[in-house]
Amino acid sequence: MENFTPVSALIGGALIGASSSILLLLDGRIAGISGIMGGLLPPERGDTAWRVLFLLGLPIGVALWRLLGNPAAAIHITSSVPILVAGGLLVGLGSRIGSGCTSGHGVCGMARLSRRSLVATATFMAAAFVTVFVTRHLIGMGG
Amino acid sequence: MKQNLAALGAGVIFGLGLAISQMVDPAKVLAFLDLAGNWDPSLAFVMGGAVIISFFGFRAAAARIKPLFAAAFQMPKATDLDLRLIGGAAVFGVGWGLVGICPGPALAGLAFGLKESAIFVVALVVGAGFANLTLAKPVPKIPVTD
Repeated sequence: MENFTPVSALIGGALIGASSSILLLLDGRIAGISGIMGGLLPPERGDTAWRVLFLLGLPIGVALWRLLGNPAAAIHITSSVPILVAGGLLVGLGSRIGSGCTSGHGVCGMARLSRRSLVATATFMAAAFVTVFVTRHLIGMGG
Repeated sequence: MKQNLAALGAGVIFGLGLAISQMVDPAKVLAFLDLAGNWDPSLAFVMGGAVIISFFGFRAAAARIKPLFAAAFQMPKATDLDLRLIGGAAVFGVGWGLVGICPGPALAGLAFGLKESAIFVVALVVGAGFANLTLAKPVPKIPVTD
């Protein structure tokens, strides 16, 4: 259990929870990123601005953290280009077909005690665990 | 206007949360998903913290007739556990397990300026757009009588 960071995890999670709460209380919308993004493909008149602004906020928040909190912050992506493409396609497809992702189902849905979201979350977690096991420990894709 | 500013603010806070928790780093996410490897439980704590806070925030919303800056709450209406839900979630899970990036971190991670992030986001948008196309309600066919 090397890099276990419970405190920053909880703080970051609480901020995500706060964000979801704010979006619902103020704008009446669910903070499911795949849904917010999906509503822009294609964009619908009168229902575009809040989506674009929320999604823009995501990298802005990260940039703010890098600027003020942790200039050394970095991310590590070791996937090859074909895997990046495959992963992106599957995440895009799956989140739309399944009506949600980790934020939509995993956070918002579970917070609402939605049975659908509970099942969806359990399903994508299991699929992700199995995929990592296969790629890292059976096929040896590394990481 | 207030509605849009609130959305921007919420997005920034979400992004901050992803950055502080390091969920924007696929290596950190994959370390959680790698049960058989050097397991890092951190993501569970991120989700736990998020769900707990959301739970109370959502309860506060449920006590209101309408949101503060919008006309109505737009809540998901579906209730059934169907193949689309489960199949979609499974496909999503496989994609997530392949790279360790899901939609939020994908967009947030663009802040690091890596071409890998951009490639993933393009594929993400293509996949989502394609799904939207195929999920779109089919135009009803007018029966033709010979």
